[in-house]
Amino acid sequence: MKQYDAIIIGAGHNGLTNAAYLAKAGLDVIVVEKNDYIGGAAVSRELHEGWIYSNCSYVCSMMRQALHRDLNLTRHGLVLVPYLGTVGFGDGDRPLISYHNADASYLELRRHSPHDADSMFRFQADLARYAQLIRKTLLRTPPDPTSFRPRDIQEMLFLAKQFWMLGEREIYEYMRFFTMSAAEFLDDYFENDLIKAAMASPAVIGTALGVYSPGSAYILLHHVMGDVDGNIGAWGLARGGMGAISTALAGALQEHGGEIRTNAGVERILVKGGKAIGVALEDGEEISARIVVSNLDAKRTFTQIIDKDDLPPGIYDKAKNFKIRGSSGKLNIALSGLPKFTGVPDNRYINRGGQLFAGSLETMERAYDCWKRGRWSDDPFIESVIPSAWDPTVAPPGKHWMAAFVQYCPSKLADGPWTPEKRDQFGQTVIDKIERYSPGFKDLIVHMEVRTPHEIEAEIGLTEGNIFQGELTLDQLLFNRPFPGYAQYRMPIKNMYMCGSSTHPGGGVSSACGANAAREILLDLKLPNTVPEDDCYDE
Amino acid sequence: MTNTEDRWAGERLMESHFHPRQAALNLRDAWSSWNGYKFANYYYDAEYEYFCIRNSCGTYDICPMQKYEITGPDAEAMLNRMVTRNIANLKENRVTYVCWCTDEGRMIDDGTIFKLGPEKFMLTCGSPCLAWLRKSAFGFGDVTITDMSDETAALSFQGPASCEVLKKLGLEGIETAKPFDIMHFPFQGGSGKELMVSRTGFTGDLGYELWIAPELALDLWDALYDAGDDYGIHPYGEVATNMARLEAGFIMPDMEFSEALKTIHFQHDQTPFELNLGWLVDFKKPHFNGRRALLQDRDKGPAYKLTKLDIEGNKVAEGAYLYSNRRCTQEIGYITSAMWSPVVKANIALAMIKPEYLEGDIWAEIYYQKELRQYSKVAKCTVKNKPFWRPARARATPPPGL
Amino acid sequence: MNHYDTIIIGAGHNGLICAAYLARSGQRVLVLEASDTLGGMAAPREFHPGFKTSVAHSVSQFSAKITRDLDLEAHGFKLGKTLTTVGLNDAGEHVVLQDGAVSGVGPDDASAYADYRQMMQRFAGVLNPVWLQTMPRIGNNNLSEILTFASIGLRLRLLGKDHMREFLRVAALPARDLMDENFDSELLKAVLGWDGLIGSRMAPRSPNGAVLVMLYRMSGALSGDHAIPNGGVGGLITSLHSSAVEAGVEVRTGSRVGRILIQADESGLAATGVELADGEQIMADRVVSAADPKTTFFDLVGVQNLEIEFTNRIRRLRCDGYVAKLHLALDGLPAFDGLERPDGRMIIAPDMDSIEFAFDDAKYGESAGQPVMEIVIPSLQDASLAPNGQHVLSAHVMYVPYRLKGGWTDEAREALCERAIDTIARYAPGIRKQILHRELLTPLDLERTCNVTGGHWHHTEFAMDQMLMMRPTYDAAQYSTPIPGLYLCGAGSHPGGGLMGGPGHNAAHEILK
Repeated sequence: MKQYDAIIIGAGHNGLTNAAYLAKAGLDVIVVEKNDYIGGAAVSRELHEGWIYSNCSYVCSMMRQALHRDLNLTRHGLVLVPYLGTVGFGDGDRPLISYHNADASYLELRRHSPHDADSMFRFQADLARYAQLIRKTLLRTPPDPTSFRPRDIQEMLFLAKQFWMLGEREIYEYMRFFTMSAAEFLDDYFENDLIKAAMASPAVIGTALGVYSPGSAYILLHHVMGDVDGNIGAWGLARGGMGAISTALAGALQEHGGEIRTNAGVERILVKGGKAIGVALEDGEEISARIVVSNLDAKRTFTQIIDKDDLPPGIYDKAKNFKIRGSSGKLNIALSGLPKFTGVPDNRYINRGGQLFAGSLETMERAYDCWKRGRWSDDPFIESVIPSAWDPTVAPPGKHWMAAFVQYCPSKLADGPWTPEKRDQFGQTVIDKIERYSPGFKDLIVHMEVRTPHEIEAEIGLTEGNIFQGELTLDQLLFNRPFPGYAQYRMPIKNMYMCGSSTHPGGGVSSACGANAAREILLDLKLPNTVPEDDCYDE
Repeated sequence: MTNTEDRWAGERLMESHFHPRQAALNLRDAWSSWNGYKFANYYYDAEYEYFCIRNSCGTYDICPMQKYEITGPDAEAMLNRMVTRNIANLKENRVTYVCWCTDEGRMIDDGTIFKLGPEKFMLTCGSPCLAWLRKSAFGFGDVTITDMSDETAALSFQGPASCEVLKKLGLEGIETAKPFDIMHFPFQGGSGKELMVSRTGFTGDLGYELWIAPELALDLWDALYDAGDDYGIHPYGEVATNMARLEAGFIMPDMEFSEALKTIHFQHDQTPFELNLGWLVDFKKPHFNGRRALLQDRDKGPAYKLTKLDIEGNKVAEGAYLYSNRRCTQEIGYITSAMWSPVVKANIALAMIKPEYLEGDIWAEIYYQKELRQYSKVAKCTVKNKPFWRPARARATPPPGL
Repeated sequence: MNHYDTIIIGAGHNGLICAAYLARSGQRVLVLEASDTLGGMAAPREFHPGFKTSVAHSVSQFSAKITRDLDLEAHGFKLGKTLTTVGLNDAGEHVVLQDGAVSGVGPDDASAYADYRQMMQRFAGVLNPVWLQTMPRIGNNNLSEILTFASIGLRLRLLGKDHMREFLRVAALPARDLMDENFDSELLKAVLGWDGLIGSRMAPRSPNGAVLVMLYRMSGALSGDHAIPNGGVGGLITSLHSSAVEAGVEVRTGSRVGRILIQADESGLAATGVELADGEQIMADRVVSAADPKTTFFDLVGVQNLEIEFTNRIRRLRCDGYVAKLHLALDGLPAFDGLERPDGRMIIAPDMDSIEFAFDDAKYGESAGQPVMEIVIPSLQDASLAPNGQHVLSAHVMYVPYRLKGGWTDEAREALCERAIDTIARYAPGIRKQILHRELLTPLDLERTCNVTGGHWHHTEFAMDQMLMMRPTYDAAQYSTPIPGLYLCGAGSHPGGGLMGGPGHNAAHEILK
């Protein structure tokens, strides 16, 4: 039986990143993946002939460019393209268009509210300031606040210094920002419902919080701290779909001699004498390795593929209590043409970006209330993008595909389990809402894939369909992610690590979790570090 | 907006009330933007336009400038708490130059306040200020803030011939307007149509600003250009304005200062003392925003001081670092704006310099280009305490003739 | 001489405590109270002839240190016996918390409760010193303030690695998550979560607040249990008043302050005294306001004397109350199904969702369709609160918005009152026939009767972004304000509201520094 240096469970983007860096350090690495395709939630799949769906994650802004460059992802085929323009639809007849050009954007805001147009300047400066601080933590290992080891103290001091540098007033503002609700935060800047809703949308995506929930303001940041070529908060598309990211990472991994095996679901992590020694696959095969890295979420890792008896006391309960509630659904829609939206001029820059069907903070909050009650809202909050308008490779010429992200969609329904009928009803609710703003939309639909948290979990193994592998609230951030005491990627079983979004810095296609975990693993193996420093420190 | 004919309508800039006339004269289509308005960089030749300001007269479109009407019994108290200067003494039909600061005493913007009635003021400024005005008005009982930016046409009319032209336009008594005075004239024979003229401007020269209802904007333009035809009237744009204001030593946002509400880093904004605007800060007046911080700043002394420099040679010092020695080992500041002054025949600049170095030598490391080849030189700088250009006519009442 | 060392605005418990401390250190102190009774929300209130109660109906966390320092027991302050906490169940299967143990739940929950209680007491112990201490300014490199941080950090670390880590995780948890992690019984979860939520605009699923609120409420000698003082909650006020007067404090009721006098000169502003609503001016070296921050800064100081961002931060404080108060005068003791004697603190909230959903109504400006509440019959503890054989029922009803859609009309108030009584009647079926008189005070009514903006128990929301060195906001979080000579000592300051006394105590110490 072949002995590997490292087995990485799950070929999602973080698993591939982790493996690539370990391979780069000279380790003999294998990534095992239960599906017959790689990528986890970053995939391009031809589910209808001629259409390539990024059927889970569909936009990208958080990919650390230092990693992109270091792993030569461009040479391995990855091109990230920014997309322009999002239109926010509300109850009134005039949608809110986010123009790429600063003047046009200002004028559009002014048409909705001169006050808010003015406030936007300050809002953006404030968010940029907050984002800068967080961004600096992405490619770092969170310190253990209880530890007196030099490295932890050094990292604590680094964080403290970054914080201190904000200046007294901004420190307070930052602490408030971190703990308040998105609605509260936005109310301080804006008066217009549509503008507030458009700004609030990142605060609730993928979370089990509403815009009125304390703590939601921070999550707003989680989605604007990315950047595309220095344009902070900009969103990008991967040319060829999100699978291009996974393919490129796999290319980097293979370049360094790593292996990938698909159709190789892990039944169990093998533990002997308190040490991880390999994995047993679902087909019974066992693969042994010096270390085992799980890219699965924390709950799945500790409650499903590890024998409870192999765990130190308390860990199983921590994993059971790990908050990973699913709250989002997704529709992938093949369209026979570009949809037209009422009130939106047919303009290449604005009609082909994204759409936001949010309405007002109250509409969003009411959708959350439905989620709490175990159902979906009749008036859900939808964020959609038409990637084919920018990327000619994902749909036949003149045809389009739309990715519609829906918040909120419960993973457990109050009236019993998800069924295909209920899933279709959910999909119907979503396209009914889009049709309201785009008469004739339904007639364009050629094919549609509806994904509730149930499908997301069943297919790619994200527990409860939570897109972040665990919620992003203070109790699960930084040194609390996934569990206090285990935030440095080392797990309670010796030689076992985690590298998925359940670890710091959390969800989003950033590759940061995988890279951070690799750095820690190499440190333990006393091998030279192959993970680059982030390039954001001179901001 | 519906699916209009013009599918790019949302992308287009707004057009000023004077646009039809200005567009006809903008022979190079040299447009930039200001607050969402289409705005001329220059019309034909920036240097020619600059000399109109210094030699004859020219018009500059200030429609894009933000104008807010602040009215009500508490308007004065509200404004007085917002700005650092005491406006309680401001008389009706007078204008005053003001600045306003954050709680920390960092400058948000500068502008002018027009007192138009006992309870009626107009605030003008370069950038939108509505959010701050509303924040400032909270808690004051009876104040109404109206954004008049789009509902007012305004034209700056500057240059040594400006008074003569206005006289020719029929503005009787305009020569009696002292700097910062406001006068009101019936326009085109009255019937309620009014032209408001203030003796204000941003050129450091004799000049006026004309304020009128938008529907009369083109009539005003035509009448003014008729009257000024023999005096060389010509529109000028952003480039010429920037030259004139630098000679006058006036500050410009995004050049000399960053508006404090828009900066990401708290050390990238400025206090009025750093900008040499200490004279606008009146510690004897009732409480005003930033007072505590400004008092500290005054006592502690600013970190930088805006300084006028005369630089040897003729290489414009744009973007240059400043040093206390020729070897450029001790950095002491940086240039904010620089130009060759055609009228003074000097290589001038505004710079932010650490005050402790102001007494010593100041050297600028200037990078310049000749036919694509980059060169650098170190040039000696001399501190100037007066504006580079301040003609007597700018202050004389009545102004001297041409 | 009409000149005092200190004038204190508002004779709530914090105002009286602050006054007593200052007077004991030799200051000449005048307390001015707008209403005719002392005590603010703890003031005794005769809502029907012979029937007395106060808005606050029990005491849980009053500082033992203050009791000692001000010798309150000598002035008649005595807590009655600890109240049991009862989670009412409509089948009579109540959950009862008494003497640190729980009954009415399964064995797993019972043992989990013991662990939970121990954990919470451990955490409360870490925070205890924080509440009676001025919070340091951040960004200030003053050694003593850095030491304050260091000592909090050290105390945390002394918990041991695992407990410290757990504290850092648990501190921000929503009540619901904390309960779900520990218990199975829905009723037990609701009852235990209750103390993290009552009085605030937070529901079981809201992060960043509930746990800290619970720990705050566990800070007193009772460790989170409740009791009713002799003479009702008003008894506490009587003893505070008596202690203050003995120390030389002068207290004037019916003296509404119109504004704080502020003198301006070139060096800045200074508070020099107050002007009463009737025009009388009283001068003092300093003015201490026990009123809520909005009242203090907007009504008494005036925004023209304040910075713009500071004003905005005070304006943005969440001061809307979400609790209504129901008072019933009963001609006899009501019978609650399955309860021998209703002498505990009874909570009507069958599960966490019932609280969450009641909040959902309120967050959109409607009063809860199915209100949840906490009931006490104080006349069982102190017979003087009602005529012989008759009783007072006092209930905190949640969630009831200060800003009701359509406004607080008599009909709206009546409808809510009916709903609240219906809810109680589900557990005490005969109660309707016993009602002699009823009174429902909405948050708007509380604002009017207690002179507290929004009728908010804590003057302003007790949540992480408005706590500690951010309470009420930075620049005024160390009891001093941007205006020299003006201090805060009310619930809007650190540590917060409730009958605890921290703000009054800390402000006095800050002034005496």
